[in-house]
Amino acid sequence: MPTDILMPALSPTMEEGTLSKWMKKEGDSVTAGDVIAEIETDKATMEVEAVDEGTIGKIVVPEGSEGVKVNSVIAILLGEDEDASAMDAESSAKPADEKPKEAVEAPAPQAKPAEVAPKAEVASDPDIPSGTEMVSISVREALRDAMAEEMRADPDVFVMGEEVAEYQGAYKVTQGLLDEFGPKRVVDTPITEHGFAGVGVGAAMAGLKPIVEFMTFNFAMQAIDQIINSAAKTHYMSGGQMAAPIVFRGPNGAAARVAAQHSQCYASWYSHIPGLKVVMPYTAADAKGLLKAAIRDPNPVIFLENELLYGHSFDVPKLDDFVLPIGKARIHRSGSDVTIVSFGIGMTYADEAATELAKSGIESEVIDLRTIRPMDIETVIESVKKTGRLVTVEEGFPQSSVGTEIATRVMQQAFDYLDAPVATISGRDVPMPYAANLEKLALPSTAEVIEAVKAVTYTA
Amino acid sequence: MAPRKTAASTTRKSRAKKPAIGKDIADFDKEQELQAYRDMLLIRRFEEKAGQLYGMGFIGGFCHLYIGQEAVITGVMMALKEGDQIITGYRDHGHMLASGMEPRGVMAELTGRRNGYSRGKGGSMHMFSTEKNFYGGHGIVGAQVPLGTGLAFANRYRENDNLSAVFYGDGAANQGQVYESFNMAELWRLPVIYVVENNRYAMGTSVARASAQTDFSQRGVSFSIPGYQVDGMDVRAVKAAADAAAEHCRSGKGPIILEMLTYRYRGHSMSDPAKYRSKDEVQKMRSEHDPIEQVKARLLEMKWASEDELKSIDKSVREVVADSAEFAQSDPEPDPSELYTDILR
Repeated sequence: MPTDILMPALSPTMEEGTLSKWMKKEGDSVTAGDVIAEIETDKATMEVEAVDEGTIGKIVVPEGSEGVKVNSVIAILLGEDEDASAMDAESSAKPADEKPKEAVEAPAPQAKPAEVAPKAEVASDPDIPSGTEMVSISVREALRDAMAEEMRADPDVFVMGEEVAEYQGAYKVTQGLLDEFGPKRVVDTPITEHGFAGVGVGAAMAGLKPIVEFMTFNFAMQAIDQIINSAAKTHYMSGGQMAAPIVFRGPNGAAARVAAQHSQCYASWYSHIPGLKVVMPYTAADAKGLLKAAIRDPNPVIFLENELLYGHSFDVPKLDDFVLPIGKARIHRSGSDVTIVSFGIGMTYADEAATELAKSGIESEVIDLRTIRPMDIETVIESVKKTGRLVTVEEGFPQSSVGTEIATRVMQQAFDYLDAPVATISGRDVPMPYAANLEKLALPSTAEVIEAVKAVTYTA
Repeated sequence: MAPRKTAASTTRKSRAKKPAIGKDIADFDKEQELQAYRDMLLIRRFEEKAGQLYGMGFIGGFCHLYIGQEAVITGVMMALKEGDQIITGYRDHGHMLASGMEPRGVMAELTGRRNGYSRGKGGSMHMFSTEKNFYGGHGIVGAQVPLGTGLAFANRYRENDNLSAVFYGDGAANQGQVYESFNMAELWRLPVIYVVENNRYAMGTSVARASAQTDFSQRGVSFSIPGYQVDGMDVRAVKAAADAAAEHCRSGKGPIILEMLTYRYRGHSMSDPAKYRSKDEVQKMRSEHDPIEQVKARLLEMKWASEDELKSIDKSVREVVADSAEFAQSDPEPDPSELYTDILR
């Protein structure tokens, strides 16, 4: 029976990739372990090895094809004594009602990659001059561009972390930086978070401006003493003499199927600490403008990214020096019936829910907090004064969450404007499970946001 | 059984060819002896006064005195040059005075007053002077070691000729981040002198009860960092070792460890009765190894100073200390508005 060779998933978050090269052609015989193709994702280039023995009967996806979905058939392998007719027999033998494999409809070579995320409708940002040309780039590229621009402008800025240089970044965020800036300014560290966080803070105390990349913020728990006790408190404890102008950045929160130790949101943790600024962007424009601001900021800044958003593309203004203010929320979508406040990847649920709710006539005002500390509560309160209802959305744990903080402040400062109790949507109060179904249950959903909005607007 | 070839034995072998770092005694001239005497005496008298003020309730919280260890910072400072950085843990008053920070500002910080170095917001364990290249004053045991390694990183980044001297105790020497720092410092050949002030007790736990390897100079062996034990009670031995260490760093050879064998006369902090050691042990160190008495004896023996001249030095030091204490008691507390200043820059 012919065997389907499928597009493999090379990482927990990979949804599609480019089939860059076939190493075998139709009619070639292969044995297990032979490299048959090269696949490229936005993170890496990998070789695909044959698992079974046989002859390549048909190449389904030609080389150069982009946006090939994981698990789609890329070739068909014929077993011993089989010929091409077996493939036809196989397909005709399939029951008629079976869902056709989408894989067979491979995109033509050089086709535009399918957008992973729907392009967000971003309300106009007052910080962007009208008439500015917009370019669609991914969050990953936006972050890289921000670092590169700031490194070009200031020789004191350097980046350090695990795999940031020669490997080009574990998530390819620092891609190309080593080539442009050399090993002095793009520093590969050993796996030693506590140590290199401290080295970064010491270098910052001496006046340099380090960007410390954590491969993920989960690993920064090893370094949290240096971040809080050394970086955040020194300015106060020195009576303003000494500061630590440093950026700690990296992916934060749940990725996909990496379980409890690798799936945690630290927004609320760091937002607890006076002396820190905490930024958590959603769009590529915010990622770029706010990272540039964070690098220039004379204070320690925690910059929380999200692995799942790295590949999402958004419009970014084409400006020589696009810097956004830290501590200012952005009205992502205007509306008068309910205020939905979120940040980072939480915005995907908020945004989808708002689109869905609009169909039934409920107009949501979606606020992207962008910075968790200092928190732009004024923008939230102005909106609540208009809508009278508030729903917060985040992926972190429920107790002492960013949402509960917002709810408290709104209750204290805008009690009389509230027409319903504030709804706070968060991840569940459990360590992140591994099983796909449980993981889904542990995270918030668009449906949940819709339900909450209906509850606070009494339209359920 | 074949002899095990270890990194340690290799290091020891190669070390034997080098000048005897840790064994050499610097040849002090009259001026150096007098300077060492004055500098150490200032620390001693300052700490005694701080102890008094603590007892009177003017100083609060934790207060860790440096009495007995004066030769360590004094000797190291004599070997450093302009622009070199100093960083240490919480037993930091001596390091600040030796760095040239004003006794008034240090004492006023101890009493939590507005003209203290940290405007009253840091206290005994958290003081800094960027002007004097003193980078703290850190309250978390061992945290200063990566930070000081970062100072060295900055020196190398800027391609200047400066080094950082990182001080920590035998207690901090067991923190994991120390070894993370060693690894990076040697990997990147950073100009840093790690000065372990082994005063034999980590709070109440003796070195033997806490450390599998009690020779702290050998703690860098697995990173190929050379290390030497030094008589930390003899300021000349400290100076000689620090000279050699500075030369090592400045010639691009990377980090080096100096283990200073020293002793604190007082308890770990003001609230420590020090019942984990005998009075005889303390008395023996005081009478036979006191760093200040050693210098005093040499000054008299060489006839570089008379008893009267030494007394007058003592008197002028006491005046400086008395002035700092008076200042620290009369200086007002911080304005309440200071509560919310200096959180962010």
